[in-house]
Amino acid sequence: MNPIPPIVPAAGQQMSDTVFALVLALLAVSPLAIAGVALINVGLGRSRSAAQVLLGNLALIAVSAIAFLFVGASFAGTLGGSGIAFHAVGKTWSVLGLGPVLLRGVAGASPQAQLALVFEFLSVAMAAMLPWGSGSDRLRLMGGCVVAAVLSGIAFPLAAHWVWNGGWLAQLGVNFSLGAGFIDAGGAGTVHLLGGLCALAVVWIAGPRRGKFPKEGLSTAMPGHNASYVLFGCLVALVGWLAWNAAGALLWLHAPLAVLPVTAINTLLSASGALVATFSVTRFRFGKPDASLCANGWLAGLVASSACAAIVSPAASLFIGGVAGVFTPLLVELLELAVSVDDPTGAITVHGAAGLWGLLAAGIFAPQPGQLVAQLVGIAALLGVMLPLFYLLFAIVNRVVPFRVDPDGERIGMDLHELGGGAYPEFVIHRDESYR
Amino acid sequence: MKYAGLLVMPAGFFLTVAALALFPDAQRRAAFVVCGLAVEVMGLVVAVRGHMPARGASRP
Repeated sequence: MNPIPPIVPAAGQQMSDTVFALVLALLAVSPLAIAGVALINVGLGRSRSAAQVLLGNLALIAVSAIAFLFVGASFAGTLGGSGIAFHAVGKTWSVLGLGPVLLRGVAGASPQAQLALVFEFLSVAMAAMLPWGSGSDRLRLMGGCVVAAVLSGIAFPLAAHWVWNGGWLAQLGVNFSLGAGFIDAGGAGTVHLLGGLCALAVVWIAGPRRGKFPKEGLSTAMPGHNASYVLFGCLVALVGWLAWNAAGALLWLHAPLAVLPVTAINTLLSASGALVATFSVTRFRFGKPDASLCANGWLAGLVASSACAAIVSPAASLFIGGVAGVFTPLLVELLELAVSVDDPTGAITVHGAAGLWGLLAAGIFAPQPGQLVAQLVGIAALLGVMLPLFYLLFAIVNRVVPFRVDPDGERIGMDLHELGGGAYPEFVIHRDESYR
Repeated sequence: MKYAGLLVMPAGFFLTVAALALFPDAQRRAAFVVCGLAVEVMGLVVAVRGHMPARGASRP
């Protein structure tokens, strides 16, 4: 693969009509990735919470879009504007955008900036859904909406400005000769690592599901209620991811059109390597392949490809997916059994850890020198700032709007408690005691 | 414990930023960036351990 030049912000870029139409078409297909993750969230939860989880996914997309419109889009600085920057050691460090409020003047913005805005709206919706899946079966709808608002209004715009809109991470290449600057074309860091860290903070604050970790013995298995949803969600997500990574490569890396087929092949190879690896690991450990963990592995491969599909070779992409597929089932098991983290969808591993690995792999396999250090700086920024920020904000918000449902609500199920009716009205509702 | 770990993580981030600002040569800069990440990982481990419920303790 050819070295890529340092990244330039979207607002100042020119784009041909053909590329504009192509990126717009790709962005129109990208929501299938969100639909796939929504299906996986529903399938990995319990049947008595299925309607609440799916309605929650829709509500979170809506809340995140509105919060991003009112607050986030201005701070992300996608449409340009002054922004907040400071000068140190002879360099400019842009830390926050200050674009027009409520997207005023968006119709007159450059085509590149308009497409970047669409990409960010989709990204923020995807990121908001990740903690919702981790908190399923005990997170209230209102709590989920508040989490989405905080993520979309504060944390995501900060990360998007740093990485995509000419912030200090994007300028690492220009300012410090660190490769092309921090590379994250498909949102492995700004969407998935951010969502995974948010999920960890939510799970820590909301606590585990009732009966998940009994006083004695191992944790209680609470398998997802519909493996078909989960596996079909993986297929749907693949379609979306192919478009998402291609659109990201055109938008953020300004890649030539000739790179798109390789980007699509790399995305597929990463997911394939991950699935084969997870299949093998679970078959070796349990005697039979585990369907939900294989789905997690497939998704982890897609997430890892988000950072690097446009810049690495197909062989490297297969390896990157394979590594993601090996550590995903092991980390899911470690988090549940050793650390007592109750994460029904595995988002902390699948999106957080795999996103982190994808960013690191982009630095390892990128052709330009200094890229690995740029990726390490970006990882340090996202990890070291965002997790404490999420925890602090959620700890405060949780006192005003409690995230967790009351014990009675958890016992009868989130569907009945929050919506007054279940997704499967003809099913018999199991009590918690039936899992013991 | 959990708050201490979460406070240590931004310290690792500032160490990374300081490496960019203070060291012009690539090797020492890379070494300090790795040190900053290591500090963050230590903070994360402490935070994770702080959130682990004690064995036999009452759980929800």
